[in-house]
Amino acid sequence: MRPAHTEGVEGSSSLGSFARRLHGVGPLLGLVALCIGGTLLNPDFATFDNAMNVLTRTSFIGIIAVGMTFVIISGGIDLSVGSMAALIAGSMIWIMNALAHGVGGHTLAPLAIITVGIVLALVLGGLFGLAHGLLVTKGRIEPFIVTLGTLGIFRAVLTWLADGGALTLDNNLSDLYGPVYYASLFGIPVPIWVFLIVAAGGVIVLNRTVFGRHVQAIGSNEQVARYAAIRVDTVKIVTYVLLGLCVGVATVLYVPRLGSATPTTGLLWELEAIAAVVVGGTALRGGEGRVIGTVIGAILLSVIANILNLTSIISVYLNAAVQGAVIIFVAFLQRGRR
Amino acid sequence: MSLAVSFDNIEKQFGPVRVLHGVSFDLAPGRIYGLLGENGAGKSTLMKILAGYERPGAGSVSIDGVVVTFESSRDAEATGIVLIHQELNLADHLSIVQNMFLGHEKKRGLFLDEPAMREDARARLADVGLHKHPDTRVRNLIVAEKQLVEIAKAMLRDARLLIMDEPTATLTPAETQRLFALMARLKDDGVTIIYISHKLDEVERVTDEVIVMRDGRFVSRGLTAETTRQQMANLMVGREVSDMFPDKPVIPANARIAFKVDNAYVPGWAENVSFSVQAGEVFGFAGLVGAGRTELFEGLVGLRTRAAGHITLEGERINPRNPRAAMKHGITYLSEDRKGRGLHVDMALKDNLTMMTLERYAHPLLDAQAERDALKKAVGDFGIRTGNLASRARMLSGGNQQKLALAKFLHPDPRVIVLDEPTRGVDVGAKRDIYFLIHALAAEGRAVIVISSELIELIGLCHRVAVMRGGQLVATLGREHLTEERLIAHATGTH
Repeated sequence: MRPAHTEGVEGSSSLGSFARRLHGVGPLLGLVALCIGGTLLNPDFATFDNAMNVLTRTSFIGIIAVGMTFVIISGGIDLSVGSMAALIAGSMIWIMNALAHGVGGHTLAPLAIITVGIVLALVLGGLFGLAHGLLVTKGRIEPFIVTLGTLGIFRAVLTWLADGGALTLDNNLSDLYGPVYYASLFGIPVPIWVFLIVAAGGVIVLNRTVFGRHVQAIGSNEQVARYAAIRVDTVKIVTYVLLGLCVGVATVLYVPRLGSATPTTGLLWELEAIAAVVVGGTALRGGEGRVIGTVIGAILLSVIANILNLTSIISVYLNAAVQGAVIIFVAFLQRGRR
Repeated sequence: MSLAVSFDNIEKQFGPVRVLHGVSFDLAPGRIYGLLGENGAGKSTLMKILAGYERPGAGSVSIDGVVVTFESSRDAEATGIVLIHQELNLADHLSIVQNMFLGHEKKRGLFLDEPAMREDARARLADVGLHKHPDTRVRNLIVAEKQLVEIAKAMLRDARLLIMDEPTATLTPAETQRLFALMARLKDDGVTIIYISHKLDEVERVTDEVIVMRDGRFVSRGLTAETTRQQMANLMVGREVSDMFPDKPVIPANARIAFKVDNAYVPGWAENVSFSVQAGEVFGFAGLVGAGRTELFEGLVGLRTRAAGHITLEGERINPRNPRAAMKHGITYLSEDRKGRGLHVDMALKDNLTMMTLERYAHPLLDAQAERDALKKAVGDFGIRTGNLASRARMLSGGNQQKLALAKFLHPDPRVIVLDEPTRGVDVGAKRDIYFLIHALAAEGRAVIVISSELIELIGLCHRVAVMRGGQLVATLGREHLTEERLIAHATGTH
């Protein structure tokens, strides 16, 4: 039995909601503190160029993490995103190179070839997500297991495609495709714009659409959602497809950066993406989360790496260790909520 | 061996909310006390203080004249005070015996003494009348059996004062009888029992004295033999509950058939069930726990596999494969498990209300203001008491949660609504509100189906009652045949 004096309980929450609001801005405060620290340690940190550099590097993981936020809020997980990105990158390069050499005597215009590559990346991402969603819902296999399996499959197929080495994009194509990563619009690099659009889309879809509300409802309590006539399976499948599309978009931005895919492409991206979601305040058990938090989480993690690069207090080799410590610390702050 | 308790001016606050405002009363040893009060009256909080789960904000508890402060429920148990929880606290993956000895395992040297524990468990299970092997996993038990395990577990602790919070909510009449016999035996042994229940007929039968609380205060006490049920209810509510049930309007013989089921078959649960409900009718389903009532309707709305049978809704043959299809045809089902299946307790009130019909509020982005307006209207229409419309569903009392759940499952405007145990764990005042609401729904021309284990409720509320036993619909009783005796006879197959 709970106290029926709800009026008072809610009236009380001026303090409670302050604490909750503080929780909401926690990651942001952490990010601000890091930036102040970074500035004090190295004046190069607080420059526009460095900020753009950090944000550009964040955009791959950030875009994937936005998709991951939906999957995690609905109560799922996807461990395969790094391998998936690698396989999509490899497939893109492989197809584009093949087209560049001509098919049956015909050659396509370079721009058309790159368009085909980009469409292929998005289609593959969507299909991989669909496969995950179907295996999780209709196949009734734990998402952890499904995506652990595909994590291995995707990377192995890429390694086989690349014959253990690297798949490198044709030089002519590379020159044409390069601006997708390197060009700027109004002084801001393209990947950052794309990241912004994906993040804004994520915020709106999660908070202002039927689908977003259903995602939260399923993560909060799947049984209640089922009894409330929500199409639980469909919604779950769509979260995985969205994540696959996000991986596709991230890969489209990533390929022109190096112009190649190797067996180590996208290694450990899944951990960085999941870490960004968790640092951003989304509970791993599902039900509640914020896309903005995820964006801040992703930026926070790459700012740490950036500061380590710019300063010599801690070796760059310990980057992952510092990030790991931050994740555990954030989890410590968030423990026992709800 | 016995134990006298004295509460002295107990106060308790959760945040700025005062739940107990200086409660004082004494309990003599070796008696059975009925502790009565609506949800939110402070009964459970007071009992949690007595059993060491909470500490009083002010005031003191004395045991046998000595002021005590329990640091934990273990402290209280060491004194002989044991609380049997209303919400079951068993580890589903462990066996009955492992649960019963959880935290109190018997050891021989370094190792667990399994045979001794099993032996003790077997004896206690026999006491409460649960004929299951002690190694059965708890997740394989039905709710009533789990409740019996909780009681058997409490028996192991050699309680001198036993607090039972709604122990019979899920029990069948036979199991309830056995529990009462056990309580009488414990009382003869000098155990003090505090019995919390919303079922006043049981309180009347089993207790020596009743203590009534209201709004965090002690209101009244009296010998059970000298207090009528009506007086108990009036004291709890603080006003006359002159009439719990609305008058049943007569259904004209030619009223249209709103809902008709022919030969429904839900594998493992219900076979060959046929019935029909007229528009404006309140149609009851009686039966013991496990008779297949819940599962039948879960099958009919597509929550479970339905292997055969025809469903006709307002003359149209339908075949819903999932709850969404059922809802679109105009039938919704409110589960008996309010927190596990009915409401998202961690989500906002408006989110719960609009969950089934969210498309209505999307153009294409959700219109939060329209949702809030709908909530405001529902709060008024259904009499949901809440101070803050932005709060989460878990902040509401049981009765108000149930009203919110009703509002949610009525929000799609169904023509047929199935209510499974609509007043479980709900206080007298809210119960009456819900009964009147059910009749208002029927008066609008809907067909209302009520599944209930409370016979008085079915008799007071329904035009006709179908009785299920072992997955079969064994009888449908019209108004002139509706008596407790007949319902029990059909439900148990003893007529």
